[in-house]
Amino acid sequence: MATHVPGVLGAFEHIDAATEAIRTLRDRGFGDLTVYSPAPNHELDEALDQPVSRVRLFTLLGGLTGVTAGFAMTIWMSLDWPLLVGGKPIAAIPPYVVIAFELTILIGSLSTVAGMVILSMMRSLRGRPYHPRFSDDRIGIFVPCDPGQADGVTSILTGAGSVEVSHDTA
Amino acid sequence: MTAVAHSAGLTQTHAEVTRDVVATLGPPSRGYLAALFGAVALFLVGLGTFVALLKDGLGLAGYSPPVMWSVYITTFVFWVGIGHAGTLISAILFLFRSPWRTAVYRSTEAMTVFAVMTAGLFPIIHIGRQWIFYWLLPYPNQRFLWPNFKSPLIWDVFAISTYLTVSTTFLVVGLVPDIAAVRDKVSGWRKKLYSVCSIGWTGADSQWRHYNRGYLYLAALATPLVLSVHSVVSWDFAMSIIPGWHGTIFAPYFVAGAIYSGIGMVLTLLIPLRRVLRIEHMITDYHFDNLAKLTLLTGSILFYAYAMEYFVAWYSGNTFEQMTFWRRAFGPMWWAGWTMIICNAFVSQLLWFRKIRTNLTSLFVISIFINIGMWFERYVIIVSSLSNDYLPYAWGQLNPTWADWGILAGSFGWFGMYFLLFARTFPIVAIQEIKEMIPMPRKKGGH
Repeated sequence: MATHVPGVLGAFEHIDAATEAIRTLRDRGFGDLTVYSPAPNHELDEALDQPVSRVRLFTLLGGLTGVTAGFAMTIWMSLDWPLLVGGKPIAAIPPYVVIAFELTILIGSLSTVAGMVILSMMRSLRGRPYHPRFSDDRIGIFVPCDPGQADGVTSILTGAGSVEVSHDTA
Repeated sequence: MTAVAHSAGLTQTHAEVTRDVVATLGPPSRGYLAALFGAVALFLVGLGTFVALLKDGLGLAGYSPPVMWSVYITTFVFWVGIGHAGTLISAILFLFRSPWRTAVYRSTEAMTVFAVMTAGLFPIIHIGRQWIFYWLLPYPNQRFLWPNFKSPLIWDVFAISTYLTVSTTFLVVGLVPDIAAVRDKVSGWRKKLYSVCSIGWTGADSQWRHYNRGYLYLAALATPLVLSVHSVVSWDFAMSIIPGWHGTIFAPYFVAGAIYSGIGMVLTLLIPLRRVLRIEHMITDYHFDNLAKLTLLTGSILFYAYAMEYFVAWYSGNTFEQMTFWRRAFGPMWWAGWTMIICNAFVSQLLWFRKIRTNLTSLFVISIFINIGMWFERYVIIVSSLSNDYLPYAWGQLNPTWADWGILAGSFGWFGMYFLLFARTFPIVAIQEIKEMIPMPRKKGGH
């Protein structure tokens, strides 16, 4: 059984209502919000004001691994069984650029995807409520809080223009 | 973004987008089933031919010295080229922030994946002893023999397998939020299936944050990749000293040709598909007009490349090069040479006219010409150069057999089968990217 996170869930139809609610909640000290939206939205990003994703580190490290692996593999394998072809050097760099380039892209891409998955999983959504309309046309804001704070949070959400608020603080 | 959404012909609300795209996944129509049946039948023709090749060997195909690269390699280059338009539209136009790509990119990216999957079969069929194709890969074997990394054919192994992996990844990553949207709309066993495929996507801010960044980097990595793949394919030819192949213009010439042929295939697929799936209001004349302009651009680059090939042959003073190009136009394969020039260089020029660009019947006919012309371009480049190289003593003509045509037909079936199955199983229009372009309503009225 998943651990249950108590809190209040508000559904929004209007983007400006949702951003207003996020700003007010953050001002009141509710930092651990989960905001669902059917599509990425810059106004939500600005209201949430989160740092840039660390996916780029994965991309960089993957790309560097790829380029290193590409040159290391081709050069080592050529030297391991030296075979003179067309009078060219045994370990010829220009043709190996192609292999190194392809491996840069390959490992860079795969580690980017791994980064997306790992970073998304690091922020667990377990036990937080969800509604199918959040993938359709509604924005959802979930505010974890104690039963005592629930009424205050509800009034913030409805005040900003939430069309539906549900409590789940038991 | 409002102006952008309207110029792209998007007038729906978010809920309508989900509804219309999920509707494409409903029970199939008769036309769809007939098309799928045709594709499977063609695939079985190809499969039967392949079994015959396994049993009796490549002698069944029309290979005869000096033409040892023929219909299979031609078709390999053809299918790799088809894939390039998909990546151009999904990755390069994404980086350029071209709003019209959103409605068509999913179908073109799927086309890329299936076209490269098809292409990848051909080198394996062509090598003869298909069961040891893994010898191409660098793996520790008994005698510690390694591939020759100075060979363009090994570059090709890396380029094609990277391209297939990265475009599949790009397609799957783009699909995840859309599968989640479908999951939330359907019921029963389909809900279970889409729940598994959506890997827990909820559209939470903590997911979008990493998703958007990651998607941007994937597009940035796919962009140089697509340019490199057909360059590497062209070097399979250009790195040799066969007349008609040994040219420095080959890489850009092949890349432009690849994108041109790919958009031709996009038009061939999308014009019937949007009617069958009833998504005419999402993929509109506006999109076809833009696709046609891209066709015109790449077709004109190709026209220039064709002219430049003849110019270089004449200006170089190299008699072998001159002879090759004279024979392409007036030799035994003149009909193939002119098919390529007329279908690609001349037919594409019709797209200067707006009336032709916005008439779907004429666009569809032109797209068929492009498909035929681009297959013949590779046929002419490969076969005409090999059949008449240096010594007249060694010259010879290619006579393709049923085994060549069987595999070619089978490749269309194999491709069509996957594409049709994909179009019914997954959202063929990118739900979340269209929604991103449509502004969400505001409580203070208007958009």
